[in-house]
Amino acid sequence: MAEEIRITTPLAESVVLSLKAGDSVKISGNLYTGRDAAHKRLYELLKEGKDLPFPIAGQIIYYVGPAPAKPGYACGPAGPTTSYRMDPYTPLLLEKGLKGMIGKGLRSKEVIESMKKNKAVYFAAVGGAAVLIAKSIKKSEVIAYPDLGAEAIYRYYVEDFPAIVCIDAYGNNLYESEPPKYRKEL
Amino acid sequence: MRKIDAREITAEVKSLFLKANFQIGKDVLKALEKALTEEKSKVGQDVLKMIIENHRLASSEELAICQDTGLAVLFVEVGQEVCIVNGHYGEAINKGVEEAYQEGYLRKSVVDDPVFERKNTKTNTPAFIYTDIVPGDKIKITVMPKGFGSENMSALAMLTAAHGAKGILDFIVDTIRKAGPNPCPPTVIGVGIGGTADKAMVIAKKAIARPLGEHNAHPQYAQLEKETLERINQLGIGPAGLGGNITALAVHIDYLPTHIAGMPVAVNVCCHATRHASGEI
Repeated sequence: MAEEIRITTPLAESVVLSLKAGDSVKISGNLYTGRDAAHKRLYELLKEGKDLPFPIAGQIIYYVGPAPAKPGYACGPAGPTTSYRMDPYTPLLLEKGLKGMIGKGLRSKEVIESMKKNKAVYFAAVGGAAVLIAKSIKKSEVIAYPDLGAEAIYRYYVEDFPAIVCIDAYGNNLYESEPPKYRKEL
Repeated sequence: MRKIDAREITAEVKSLFLKANFQIGKDVLKALEKALTEEKSKVGQDVLKMIIENHRLASSEELAICQDTGLAVLFVEVGQEVCIVNGHYGEAINKGVEEAYQEGYLRKSVVDDPVFERKNTKTNTPAFIYTDIVPGDKIKITVMPKGFGSENMSALAMLTAAHGAKGILDFIVDTIRKAGPNPCPPTVIGVGIGGTADKAMVIAKKAIARPLGEHNAHPQYAQLEKETLERINQLGIGPAGLGGNITALAVHIDYLPTHIAGMPVAVNVCCHATRHASGEI
């Protein structure tokens, strides 16, 4: 991990292409949240040829279902959820211009191929660092599906959200490249 | 006969769920700090530092350690000389869960129907309660808010005697290899061997709550715990799955008698927070 790179949303394609797996980044700007139930709805909207509740081009979706905010806090604890559950819906969102995803854990081959084709990045946030991460979330508002509670789509305004480029737009993948360096198994 | 008011049960359950969600155990913190001194990967060290700092913040500000405040799992030992008055046992527990999740700003993560409607119950109930009737006149409660990033990586194998300890070890290691970064490593791994398919998983889950650093009292099972942990930490998965030599903090194995034809092995995975708390009434 070299020096930290500051990036701002929406992500320009030149920025996406400049990011390499292993880069430590601080993200600022708007992020949109989404997890299982919201992804299902977004996917169904697109399949029906309808518009999404937010402009997705260049944006980052953060896979999170936050805890409720205590009074005086912009946002409750908000660490990443495991990403593979969103895999079935992801390639279609990438086709529509989604440029980044923040989560934790493995992605499917289909998602990685679509990331390469559509030039997008998968960032890993540290699972369980929910309080620390929430410190970077300055504003939070529900913009769609309030009936889903924690699973609603929120727009976060973040400053210096800490993440690591885990899979870059070229398909380089930290989950594949790093463990072998420490593996001792025969 | 000792009378215990159901409202006391509610109050204790509430207090334990708040504690478990805000503060990790001293044993877990100690294990994480030890992991930080042993982890060779720089990224792995950074991840562990973030996790430890997160725990410090959560505890000092009384915030949930993780946004996934889990399904409410309880292991309760009820003394047979206890008589519960002014309410029903299960309702008292569920009320305690509901109050903790409402008043503690904890996320409600329960859907009523797992397949079709998936509607949030908005109370984080029902709780999942395992009750044992034991001698005495006390109620001992262990609560475990169980997150599903790790729960989803659990597995069951109906092995046979021919597989032996080696077969068990290989199955556990395979399960953790496949889980990779998903369950928020470094994990604590509960293993239940023997009993029936269902009972093996229950004791695996209960084993997670054993204090870190303690081994099974049976020397051969203790040895199996040590060997399995060593093999898991050779996988290279590391903290957050970003590479490293600390993939698990501990392997806790418990066992039960079983059928002559079988050797069930259940693996229940828990994230690095290993949230649980115990109390007695």
